[in-house]
Amino acid sequence: MMDSVARVGETVTNILAYLGGLASLAGRSAYCVFVAPFKGRHLRWQAAISQATQVGVRALPILSLITFFIGLILALQSAYELRKFGALSYVASAVAVSLTRELGPLITAILVIGRSGSAFAAEIGTMRVTEEIDALETMAIEPVDYLVAPKFVAMIVMMPCLTILANTMGILGGSLFGVAQADFTWVRYMQSSLDSLFLRDVMTGLIKSVMFGITITAVGCYEGLSTGGGAEEIGRSTTKSVVISIFLVILVDLIFTALFFFVSKR
Amino acid sequence: MPENVKEPLQSGPVISVRDLRVKYGEQEILHGINFDVERSQTLVILGGSGSGKSTLLRTLVGLEKPSAGQIWMKGQDIAAISREQLDAIRKKIGMSFQGGALFGSMTVGENVALPLREHTNLEASTIEIIVRLKLDQVGLGGFEDYMPSELSGGMKKRAAVARAMAMDSEILFFDEPSAGLDPIIAAGIDHLILQLKKAFHMTMIVVTHELASAFLIADQMMLIDKGNILAFGTPEEMRSSTQPRVRQFLDRVAEPEVSQELDYLQMLTERRPGAGRMAGWRRGA
Repeated sequence: MMDSVARVGETVTNILAYLGGLASLAGRSAYCVFVAPFKGRHLRWQAAISQATQVGVRALPILSLITFFIGLILALQSAYELRKFGALSYVASAVAVSLTRELGPLITAILVIGRSGSAFAAEIGTMRVTEEIDALETMAIEPVDYLVAPKFVAMIVMMPCLTILANTMGILGGSLFGVAQADFTWVRYMQSSLDSLFLRDVMTGLIKSVMFGITITAVGCYEGLSTGGGAEEIGRSTTKSVVISIFLVILVDLIFTALFFFVSKR
Repeated sequence: MPENVKEPLQSGPVISVRDLRVKYGEQEILHGINFDVERSQTLVILGGSGSGKSTLLRTLVGLEKPSAGQIWMKGQDIAAISREQLDAIRKKIGMSFQGGALFGSMTVGENVALPLREHTNLEASTIEIIVRLKLDQVGLGGFEDYMPSELSGGMKKRAAVARAMAMDSEILFFDEPSAGLDPIIAAGIDHLILQLKKAFHMTMIVVTHELASAFLIADQMMLIDKGNILAFGTPEEMRSSTQPRVRQFLDRVAEPEVSQELDYLQMLTERRPGAGRMAGWRRGA
């Protein structure tokens, strides 16, 4: 009995320690971005821009394609039910609302985890194994300032941009069905989508996307920095970063969705 | 913090280590190490695998925190100072890692320029000249635009030395400079270390287990075994040592075979565990 209680206690302590590690990493990066520049330390804009290109610009084609299909799938799925009630004209609003509030940010986050979160873990993990992180420290360069902070900046800027693109492409995907099967014209479908959206819907999605970006960067970089010795370990931390990021993104999604739900009820 | 600051002395040791103890978790790796390194001297730290020599080197440059003891460097105890003070000292020391630890995404020139770009306000053109000069000094003139992956093992180590010297370091640390190199290239690295000593009167601390190289470059030698200093002295004193364990190391006599199954298992399980995770960045965070 005592044994299992101790084990539960140990697991809880480990989880809290992990979350503490993520928070400390994010906190240190926030310090580098917002405080350090006022103390005469320059922010590495060039690194941030190059990361933003990597995280954002290079993800555009694949994200566009995926979210276009998701929009189309959403239209088909919602039409399946709406048809029974003769309410096919609601397809546009169903697609628009579910995309902007939920699926746009989520699909973007999952794609970014696969493309960039894992790459952060692998890049920093390799640098840990080849002693490059130690080399930075002996050169009096703080690894978090140098490697992690630019990634946070890039993600916080690019995640909302990617999410806006995902929303747009999803609605376009939905419109393909709307025009082909639900007697919409392009203009009417778009108009109907826009009418169904409130700024609040779009904003909640974008706020979530920023939180997802912070989560993905923190997990990827933390896993990279805590890589042990050997090539195997790099694989392990990369895998772990993907699994933990997906879980935490869903958790953050749940928390914020619940928060928005209760706030908007008042 | 006046108790941590000694008057910088022109003469006297550059590095003084007093009763240094380092622990990984519960296990103590270094058990009270004491030694001094004089200015412009090369100290070679010898020891077998798992003897604690690499841990000692990592502790000297602040990558591991000692559990007890003092490391006096440039008049300050680096075990007791803040991150900012430690960084100020680190700008005056250089470390060459075993595999070079060059940044793979940057050219050789950018690698050498990195500390200058980070810590000085020098013009790009001035940095370029310094980089060329430093690469010339290690025999890599003209390789500025090569990527580290295009260099051979020996060249990577030379480039790493150039980066370590970029800030005009007063003390250079080398981790296994000739490990993994063929004898001719390894001799070239030894020659480079001797040249740096002659030309710039640098203080150098070299961790190695290559005996020939150690005797060639050392002014002082230290043999570490199981976390204790077994012998300390000049190469001649080492050569004439009669201590059985020192003789065993220098004469390359194999450990007696472990014949009992239980003894063998015990030997395997007593190996030290790995270094603490995240030890690096947490300190500063």
